[in-house]
Amino acid sequence: MATAPEPRSAANPLPMAGGFRHPDPPSEAGYDSCVHCGFCLPVCPTYQVTGLEEHSPRGRVFVIKAAAEGRIPLLDEALLEPVDMCLDCRACETVCPSHVPIGTLIEQARGQLYHEQAALPPGRRIGTMERLAFRHLFPYPRRWDRVARLARWYQKSGLFRSGALRGRLPAHLRDFEAALPPVRGTTVRRTAPTVTPPQGARKARVAVFTGCVQDVVFTPVNEATVRVLARNGCEVMILRDQNCCGALNRDMGDREGARDMARRNIDRFLASGAEYIVTNAGGCGSAMVEYPTLLAGDPAYADKARAFAGRVVDVSRLLVRLGIEPPTAPPVPQRVTYHESCHLANVLATRAEPRQVLRAIPGLDLVEMTNPARCCGSAGIYNLEHPEMAGRLLEDKMDTLPDGVDVVATGNPGCALQLAVGARQRGRTLRIAHPVELLAEAYARETTEGVLSRG
Amino acid sequence: MAEPATRQVPAQAMAELVAIVGADSVIRTPLRLLTYESDANGVFHSLPAAVVLPHDIDETRRVVEVLARHGVPFLPRGAGTGLAGGAVALGNEVVVDTVRLTRLDAPDLDSAAIWAEVGVTNVSVSVAVAGDGMFYAPDPSSQAASTIGGNVANNSGGSHCLKYGVTTNHILAVDAILPDGTALRMGGDAPDLPGYDLRGLFVGSEGTMGVATRALLRLTPTPAEVRTVLATFDSVRAASQTVSAVIAAGMLPAAMEVMDRMAIDGVEKGPYPVGFGPEVGATLLFEVDGLPVSVEAKAQRIEAICKQMGVQAVRIAQSAEERALWWANRKTAFGAMGNLGRNFYVQDGVIPRTRLPDVIDRVGEIGAEFGLRIANVFHAGDGNLHPLILFDAKKPGDTEKAMACGSAILKVCVEAGGSITGEHGVGVEKRADMAVMFGEADLALQDSVRRVFDPRGIANPGKVLPTPDDIRRASAG
Repeated sequence: MATAPEPRSAANPLPMAGGFRHPDPPSEAGYDSCVHCGFCLPVCPTYQVTGLEEHSPRGRVFVIKAAAEGRIPLLDEALLEPVDMCLDCRACETVCPSHVPIGTLIEQARGQLYHEQAALPPGRRIGTMERLAFRHLFPYPRRWDRVARLARWYQKSGLFRSGALRGRLPAHLRDFEAALPPVRGTTVRRTAPTVTPPQGARKARVAVFTGCVQDVVFTPVNEATVRVLARNGCEVMILRDQNCCGALNRDMGDREGARDMARRNIDRFLASGAEYIVTNAGGCGSAMVEYPTLLAGDPAYADKARAFAGRVVDVSRLLVRLGIEPPTAPPVPQRVTYHESCHLANVLATRAEPRQVLRAIPGLDLVEMTNPARCCGSAGIYNLEHPEMAGRLLEDKMDTLPDGVDVVATGNPGCALQLAVGARQRGRTLRIAHPVELLAEAYARETTEGVLSRG
Repeated sequence: MAEPATRQVPAQAMAELVAIVGADSVIRTPLRLLTYESDANGVFHSLPAAVVLPHDIDETRRVVEVLARHGVPFLPRGAGTGLAGGAVALGNEVVVDTVRLTRLDAPDLDSAAIWAEVGVTNVSVSVAVAGDGMFYAPDPSSQAASTIGGNVANNSGGSHCLKYGVTTNHILAVDAILPDGTALRMGGDAPDLPGYDLRGLFVGSEGTMGVATRALLRLTPTPAEVRTVLATFDSVRAASQTVSAVIAAGMLPAAMEVMDRMAIDGVEKGPYPVGFGPEVGATLLFEVDGLPVSVEAKAQRIEAICKQMGVQAVRIAQSAEERALWWANRKTAFGAMGNLGRNFYVQDGVIPRTRLPDVIDRVGEIGAEFGLRIANVFHAGDGNLHPLILFDAKKPGDTEKAMACGSAILKVCVEAGGSITGEHGVGVEKRADMAVMFGEADLALQDSVRRVFDPRGIANPGKVLPTPDDIRRASAG
């Protein structure tokens, strides 16, 4: 039988010396399991927007492999741009027939670039503000309380009302500043009881992970989480000394910083004896179930990380598992649509449960949007780093919201903020809420109704 | 550090391309071109001179016109899911990437047709018309990602082509830019136009006759009822014999798909495991469709035949979800090879259905001779084999070994009275094998046809037809 032409053409010379040079590089087994089938293309938001192979999961894995083999220098735009532009939404991983760990490969590549900051072109470096936040804010939960107070003071001040600061912000930040909900000024981590007893018989002993942005900006979500869990038979613990999950550090390549935070959370939550570690933020939850990957190279923590990750659960899934106590208040009509947080859906595989929570609410009409799993562009702080791409994804998301809905429910603070920005930009009156907030309100109406009927 | 492309596009041509699509939509730096050095074929790699991404049909026409005027060789590319290296720029051609042509018109339900630009993905056509009770029948396993343009270029098939036919049976017309820059519509609304069937020539021409920009697709009414039957057997032989028994009983299921144990190992590690036990040597997936009464009867008949043929277990899907899972499991087979080895190389040979058991045994022997693992997935109804040869490109000589193994399998297919490709196209991979399949006169006529469209040989050169060298080697070997 005739042989086919030369498999590798002359135009494809041999690898050059080079490659990743820091510890914890993208794993060879990871990128080598990609067989280039392209099944990831149709689910990748950045590929859908650009049509560029380098902005597809397959393309990203390819450039990471090429960089590892020395075919692309570490600091070349051919690597930086694809790695930088990934939303880390993980949609690709849900359809990959060979389970290529695309998200982890991207994070590991960013970890390599984190060590090359000084050599990177200025536009590719991590900004001073982010760097300060990684080093001096995220790892220190008490500082979040100060941020909360400062944010509240600012929102109450003439500075906020007059919009004086707003005018000085870059265009893409203005809408964020304006769309921030009123900040409570306190955090659940600091002020909630350390133990809230269950209503009725105890079904589970849980610890709520309060998060950083969630606790400062969306304090009511954490409050609702505690109330709803207690109402459903959970003894709810709040650990005062819990830490940020480290996701943002990890996403930006600061893997050591993220590991430090992971170790602290693992120690504290395991020591608490909680059967479940409950999250209400898809981003945090997904980072926490992946602690075993992050700490794979740390023999002292590998087992503990697995034990920890095995207890992490999204609040909606836990409620469904325990059986949602049906609210007894009369129905209040509201039309709600549900946006899937990428991390909640793609990493925590929690898709049906938030909808089950919503359907348990009397009078709530759940209207599905087209493509609820498509990324809204928030992606951690991606929307601050890449406003153009994030803006295009937000536009698409806003286009798919059904007409006549009052509420967009979503299970992640980043998405909630992004959607609030979208609503503001479109001049649309939309409430953005976490499913447990809506459930907590239904429970609250029980007592209100009770009071009214008595009175 | 750069890996320079060997072909330079004339500066004037490049300037004109940039003027048409914008600098952002012309990729020129060699390192940024790397992601375009291959398609879904695991073997062939070569850097294009540039990649141009037009935004619409008009830009595409102007881009091809510029390339034609300057005599710059080019090739079209869609999602890059092709398995035969058809979109690999072997001679550093310019890639005209059509993924941004994603306009899908409203369907014309009276004539059951829809215009789709070539960057539209296969499955999105069916999704768009599902509410109208229609679907687009050709269903390559890559259908979620692969584009109409790529399907037209390769005359793609799929699991359900046993009953419904391949792409060419579902393309009423193609709008294309010919290699001299002329825009031409081939075919039309009316079926069976007089004169030569240019549309028929173009479908399956793998980019050698120009760049398609949109196609008029035939839509098929969604069958009233579908039943999916999954059977497991001790061996591929038993599964293949069952396929023959079903056909002998006078039935034409919409699909009959077999996977062997190694393929099962791959897909069960993928995102859609069905949960096959270790005792399963082969799976056979049937689908029958039509009117409710007849479908029920057919499914039961198949079940009965499976039992006569010594099936391990047979089950009719009880829900749409179960059916979707079985299909997803089957359709990820190629991509799931990454779970089993570093690289894979897939063949696309066709054999008479009755020869299935013997040829599959022979494939196993060939694998053993070459010391390579081979997983088998096949469209059993059409006798269309997909041996997935696992190899390790990092091991010196392994790639060559895999390719020689593939050729040996194709030779068995041809000897069994079959063909070297069913649905993946010839591309570069099976170009040399064409000389085994066809005689001199046939190849000469095919070459003449190609020259009518592209006398200068600038449209996807080096693909489909064997070179004189290939022919010499074929007649020698």
